[in-house]
Amino acid sequence: MKIAVIGAGVVGSLIARNLTRYKDVDVEIFEKLPDVGWGVTKANSGVIHAGYDDEPETVRAKYCAHGNALYTKLSEELGFPLKRTGSLVVAFNQEDIKILEELVDYGKKNGVEGLKILSKYESLEKEPNLSREVVASLWAPSTGIVGPWEVAQSVVENAVKNGAKLHLSTEIKSLRALPFDFVINASGLWADELAKSAGVKVTPLHPRKGEYILLDQPQLVKTVVFPVPSKAGKGILVLPTIHDTLLLGPTSEDLPPDYKERTETTIEGLAKIVENARKLVPSINLSKSIRTFAGLRPENELKDFVIVKDDKMVNIVATRSPGLTSAPAIAEDVALWVADIKKLKLRSDFDPYRKPIPRPYEMEDDERNALIKKEPAFGRVICRCNKVTEGEVVEAIRRGARTLDGVKLRTTAMFGRCQGSFCTVNIMKIMKKELGEEFEEMEKNLLGSQVVDGVSR
Amino acid sequence: MKMKYDVVVLGGGAAGMGAVLGAKENGASVLLIEREASTGGVLNQCIHTGFGLHVFKTELTGPEYHEIYKDKMGNFDALYETMVLSIDFDNDRMKAMNSDGIHDIEYEALVLATGARERPFESLRIPGTRPAGIFTAGLAQKFVNLENHLPGHRAIIVGSGDIGMIMARRLTLEGVEIEGVYEIMPYPGGLTRNIAQCLEDFNIPLHLSTSVIKIHGKRRLEGVTVSKFENGVPLKESERFVECDTLVASVGLIPENDLVKRKIEMGSDEGIFVDDLMRTNYENVFACGNNVCIHDLVDFATVEGEMAGRNAAVIAKGGSLPPRIGFLSPKEGIRIVSARYTTATAPFKIYIRVDRPMEIATVNVNGKAIKAAVNAKPSEMIEVTLDPKKHDLKGKVELSAKGVKR
Repeated sequence: MKIAVIGAGVVGSLIARNLTRYKDVDVEIFEKLPDVGWGVTKANSGVIHAGYDDEPETVRAKYCAHGNALYTKLSEELGFPLKRTGSLVVAFNQEDIKILEELVDYGKKNGVEGLKILSKYESLEKEPNLSREVVASLWAPSTGIVGPWEVAQSVVENAVKNGAKLHLSTEIKSLRALPFDFVINASGLWADELAKSAGVKVTPLHPRKGEYILLDQPQLVKTVVFPVPSKAGKGILVLPTIHDTLLLGPTSEDLPPDYKERTETTIEGLAKIVENARKLVPSINLSKSIRTFAGLRPENELKDFVIVKDDKMVNIVATRSPGLTSAPAIAEDVALWVADIKKLKLRSDFDPYRKPIPRPYEMEDDERNALIKKEPAFGRVICRCNKVTEGEVVEAIRRGARTLDGVKLRTTAMFGRCQGSFCTVNIMKIMKKELGEEFEEMEKNLLGSQVVDGVSR
Repeated sequence: MKMKYDVVVLGGGAAGMGAVLGAKENGASVLLIEREASTGGVLNQCIHTGFGLHVFKTELTGPEYHEIYKDKMGNFDALYETMVLSIDFDNDRMKAMNSDGIHDIEYEALVLATGARERPFESLRIPGTRPAGIFTAGLAQKFVNLENHLPGHRAIIVGSGDIGMIMARRLTLEGVEIEGVYEIMPYPGGLTRNIAQCLEDFNIPLHLSTSVIKIHGKRRLEGVTVSKFENGVPLKESERFVECDTLVASVGLIPENDLVKRKIEMGSDEGIFVDDLMRTNYENVFACGNNVCIHDLVDFATVEGEMAGRNAAVIAKGGSLPPRIGFLSPKEGIRIVSARYTTATAPFKIYIRVDRPMEIATVNVNGKAIKAAVNAKPSEMIEVTLDPKKHDLKGKVELSAKGVKR
């Protein structure tokens, strides 16, 4: 049985991994970009949402809280960091409090546990840097944070270990007449077009842009801080990242359908982030900015996921927020559907585990010394901001990093406050040694994004 | 591994080398801990001249300065390619890591000489895309001078800091076309001599009150939109597209003190507060060079290092140093002061930066003028000698600068 999975984001990769649990299945993953998790997966806040703001009866509500719960086991099996920070939805007036009460109601219907409305005092006790204007907040203990691309990387690594094949930089332009017994369309922003190519009608997608500002202000907040949600979405958040920086965003700008690669930031968008984020947390210090970025999420008129299943194909369309959270639940569901249709049987030798890249900086001394004794490169720090060692970079390359961003998103080197001004050259030297590439050939991320150009006199 | 030294020096650049020598000459056992495989720090990639005029009374390149100073230092113990992970200031010890494993190092006195890092372009929050082809000046310098690779073929320089201007010249000599240098302030950020030698001599235009407002290009940089600024606001009608494949940013240096944050007293610019003996808020911890304040000249970092090393040796050998009795407080007209405390025991030199260009700047101590500097600019440090016999340096000492027209 040959199954094609189009898209190596969180949704596609989790489905692929789940399919490798079955006997006599050949899973092939096709990804248009040069690395996994670089599309919609990279375009969000990295929040594992609790599931209290999805209107009951929506498809989102069906998957979100369940997906949230599945992350605990996934993180344990695959070794990607997950932190249950909890979250606060901050109310500033009586109308806001009414919305909080509505959210508690949604949460109950959606199976979200532990929701509690906190008083002003309790809110500030939990998050001392919140605006003093807060009157109450909704506490959701199950909210968590991850590095979304790390989820995709670790899931794909594990799927490949269990027999899946990964084809990077390989674009599937049409689903018609693909030589596979079953096709999974998890192609993010392009999922509507690919569904159409196979004759499946779905509500069309348009990109919704979210701009962000990343700051070197660790511990300014410890939980994910939301404004009260509106029709436009969850609003602009202030949150800690899994790598101990501070993230502000996203904006929420609907773009025309053909703007699927327009990820530039704008002066208006960045200003809006600052204005809104400061309403929640006034002590944000912009002089600590690390960088800005923007990502595109797939949105439709329904503002909901569309999952179309038949006996040859599953199309997963409009995995907008909370797509990252819902992905494990969607993947579980889709894999069960395929297994049912194709009468698949579980295999006994599926290995659910993947070891993370060793990180000496976070180890105890005995463990560090043992690792360095075995592999001295794990004692040589090359990234001074995030204390990444040569050993980690080598390991990232051996696990598939082929570009500078590939190394960055696997190790956090070049991800810190100096943005690579110290370590880029050292990393390129390690890439040269490991891959045999010249500096001129090395790319930042996409094809044609060469870092240097030519040799000096 | 366990080790114990009188004086441990963190960082082997221009300041750290001075500290090693200073401590050694005063009879202390010294250990240097350095991230890279050798001493020299950024001197190794600064192949232009302009170093050594104060320390060696001759004009040298960075690598020459390093070599000559290395000879002066002689032998000493060092851990290279080693990163300090944490310092326990209360118990005078630190944990460091290298390819031999974890080292537990005890010190009598410590000298912090960790230098500075460049402010990356990305931190300026300039809108647009995020393509390849954007470098800090130091990174571009490393590629060209140490690795023999060119960043691109047509470049603009953003910010008129010294390294940016030096790279404008260097890249021109390598055949890279420099379209212009763009500075958002109405005055240049670097030394006057660099404007003359690096820009004017090569016909490279310097656009003041002008900067980049948008980045274009998905994969590799394709161009930027530049605009004139008036009172910090871009002027729409002055917007212009500049085609380039490379952007070199020289937008400032930040003292690198992440390791000692929240333990060592420092200012909002992240520079360590030291006294006239280069001592920090810990009796046995000293700091020198660019992690105290960003210097114009390497020579001054070395001189500070030597003093920090000598005083560290005094403490390590069980001696004592006079207490701090004065606090230097920068007031109107002054942006940076190198030392913030004084023991008021002997005349000492400090460096200050004015906060705006002044035709003639009078530098005042507690309102009394003690020096006049002609053509004072924020980019050029003014050396001031404070003499406890002449000025009252006890308690709060206010330093200010006033601009006077000629």
